[in-house]
Amino acid sequence: MANSLTQRSIQKLRSTRVWRSIFRRGPARTNRSRSLAIFGNLFLHVLPVKVREKSLRVRATYYLGSVCFFLFLILTATGILLMFYYHPAVPQAYRDMKDLRFVVSSGVFLRNLHRLAGHAMVVAVFWHMFHVFFRGGYKPPHEFNWVVGVGLLLLTLFLSYTGYLLPWDQLAFWAITVGTNIISYMPILGRPMRFLLLGGNIIGENALLRFYVLHCVVLPAVAVILIGVHLWRVQKDGGLTVREEHERENQL
Amino acid sequence: MPESDTATSVAGRRAENGGGETDRRDFLNGIAAAALGVTGLGTVVTITKYLSPNVLFEPPTSFRIGPPDDYPVNSVTYIADQQVYVVRTAMGFVAESAICTHLGCITQWKPELDQIACPCHGSRFNRDGTVAQGPAPRPLSHFGIRLTPDGNLLVDRLEILPQTQILKV
Repeated sequence: MANSLTQRSIQKLRSTRVWRSIFRRGPARTNRSRSLAIFGNLFLHVLPVKVREKSLRVRATYYLGSVCFFLFLILTATGILLMFYYHPAVPQAYRDMKDLRFVVSSGVFLRNLHRLAGHAMVVAVFWHMFHVFFRGGYKPPHEFNWVVGVGLLLLTLFLSYTGYLLPWDQLAFWAITVGTNIISYMPILGRPMRFLLLGGNIIGENALLRFYVLHCVVLPAVAVILIGVHLWRVQKDGGLTVREEHERENQL
Repeated sequence: MPESDTATSVAGRRAENGGGETDRRDFLNGIAAAALGVTGLGTVVTITKYLSPNVLFEPPTSFRIGPPDDYPVNSVTYIADQQVYVVRTAMGFVAESAICTHLGCITQWKPELDQIACPCHGSRFNRDGTVAQGPAPRPLSHFGIRLTPDGNLLVDRLEILPQTQILKV
């Protein structure tokens, strides 16, 4: 009785004008209308129409790419929440970080979640890369996606590095001192690059603001675009790497 | 295929006008590409200049450190505000940078070792700034130091002196 009531109310909802204006395809009874439902949806259209069962096995990927992606989502969500309390200014930044830890409700949870997810993302991205490398996932037709992935690895490291300065504590200050001095060892371009990155010769207000803008706007924006390309290539352009039968036999 | 259809492709247009000549469309495309290139280059140059600050609110590069008598002979004095060692020997004065030449950490004078030590990666420097051990590639920089007419020592960070130069007082 309850079941039929649920079914009836769903049926009723589906026949409303609002529902039909959003999902224009009608019920997914045939393969064609199922496919059209996917194609017509902004969020679902990235997904492949068909997948090989083999590539869905845990051992095929250990879902490492998905792990990286969800960590990125966690970092975006927690990062936006942290931005509501953080001022990228000296010495306000350090006080805000302290406030987040000791005063703001759930502040310590969000900050630690952001920190730990950041560390975990570096680990996950490297693990994902090693896994793809040892499976030969960089080989044709996946070379381009491998290069995009290397770009995403570098972005992850830059995001990690720029985020490190933001608490404005001793650890942050000296890590960025050492890091930016490593940049200045580069011949010819090194010192101008350090100057541009810090907005001066010392790590001060300008450097904090620059790292903040890079961390919260520039690098995530580039990452979103590259992640889009990366996922598109995985889903639509060759799919996941699954070894052909004859390769498997050769190995045995 | 009718003869007139050839002009719809780039190769077709080339074939039509005899190969060598640049037609109007190619010419205009070339100008548009060049204009875009110039604009793009200008944008890159302008943004780089914009991001490079013209005025810096950083500590002054030259500063007074008091009269020479404040510093006993055979002493190393650390001036924390400016991150400089004032080293006085029997010969005279040297002003040494306290910034490690390896990766920029602030070093510390260790009287019990008679050495300057870096906490980050273990570099050690002798009293005269030369490297005693560790990864530091160069000796500590010697800054310009001179006596002002009113009898104060003046250190200038922008002036790097040769290692052998000493201010005799």
